[in-house]
Amino acid sequence: MLCGDMSHSKVTQEAPVFQLFASRPRSRGPFSGVLNEAIVWQWLEDVPDPEIPVISVVDLGVVREVTVDGIAVEITITPTYSGCPAMAVISKDIESALYAKGIDELSIKTQISPPWTTEWLSEKGRSRLERYGIAPPQPTGGPTHCPYCKSTEVEKVSQFGSTPCKAQWRCSDCLEPFEYFKCI
Amino acid sequence: MNHLFEFLLRQGDNALVLGHRMSEWCGHGPALEEDIALANTALDLIGQTRLWLELAGDVEGKGRDADALAYLRDAYDFRNLLLLEVPNKDFGHSILRQFLFDAFQVPWLTELSQSDDERVAQIAAKSHKEALYHLDRSAETVIALGDGTQQSNQRMQIALDYLWPYSGEAFADDETDVAMQEQGIAPLPSDIKEIWHDRVNAVLEKAQLQQPASDFAHKGGRNGACHTEHLGHMLATMQILQRSYPDAVW
Ligand SMILES: [Zn+2]
Repeated sequence: MLCGDMSHSKVTQEAPVFQLFASRPRSRGPFSGVLNEAIVWQWLEDVPDPEIPVISVVDLGVVREVTVDGIAVEITITPTYSGCPAMAVISKDIESALYAKGIDELSIKTQISPPWTTEWLSEKGRSRLERYGIAPPQPTGGPTHCPYCKSTEVEKVSQFGSTPCKAQWRCSDCLEPFEYFKCI
Repeated sequence: MNHLFEFLLRQGDNALVLGHRMSEWCGHGPALEEDIALANTALDLIGQTRLWLELAGDVEGKGRDADALAYLRDAYDFRNLLLLEVPNKDFGHSILRQFLFDAFQVPWLTELSQSDDERVAQIAAKSHKEALYHLDRSAETVIALGDGTQQSNQRMQIALDYLWPYSGEAFADDETDVAMQEQGIAPLPSDIKEIWHDRVNAVLEKAQLQQPASDFAHKGGRNGACHTEHLGHMLATMQILQRSYPDAVW
């Protein structure tokens, strides 16, 4: 899904995305093991970011808190960009993943403060991004090197890219264009 | 008058109206990269709109949500700056408008992120990060076009002469601003005029553009007293679906 696609410019978060999903996976019946926060975090590690599927929603740093109370699970997520349509998809993906594990009592809370920062990307996430051909964010505001040939001769093409979280860069050595995960 | 509600509408409507104007560029940008950048800027603004208008609806307490406020109000109920509703002309004109607004938003949101109202502070802190990124790009592009060819410089100067009289409205304090200041929610907009001016001047200078001498300012947007005729046309396009098919969802 392309975040820059303005055809969904309607303000509701939920409306456009429901139909993107195939039917919900069937629950295997109520979860019967010992439910705790660590298990839920582990499950969330398997929920891919809908736009950059090589990293998980946990790697992306949007999952801020998991609390378990008996069989009830509460997950707090923080949006990356205020208008990013992927956030609604992320909520639904988390819901589907946990439902498939037998969790029926789930609430997902959105929290905007403190605002999301690329510092919350995990180390694992950063290296996976690079292997996928997306240069990870750097505090200097630009990629240190080309994710393909590792050359440091790189130039900015555009401050924005195919999703709100990325910018367009190009390598002057291997000439490949590549995406850079914006640092905010 | 519920001043906090008015104040929140001003924040939300600024983002909504400019977001819509920027979204009109989608598919019409001068280059693919620019097209994507304009659409992403619009998307950030519309995301910020949702945060502000949702809070406005809560504060109003009449059961209106962000959608109801965005799609079911008439032009005279909008509280955006006139600067943001005038139609797009060429690309330079839109970028210059974006820059004049970004240069206001960055110091303004910096102040609001210190608001005594925690909800306001949170939305401002989130939006501030996006505004900084927008300002980087709009300032850079204004300089590139202003200090570009003779033709691009001329077109930017025409845009500046047109937009300048719309830029002063942002700083015209009124009773809502005074009430917000007294409640510790926001500073007076006039307090940041100097910061805005310095930043704008520095960029205009690098861009080889002459700041118009007159400080006459068109007013009437942020208090809803006198919008331009353009806002109604914009809303006719933006609201047609909800107006024609109330409560329609995807
Ligand atoms: Zn390379």
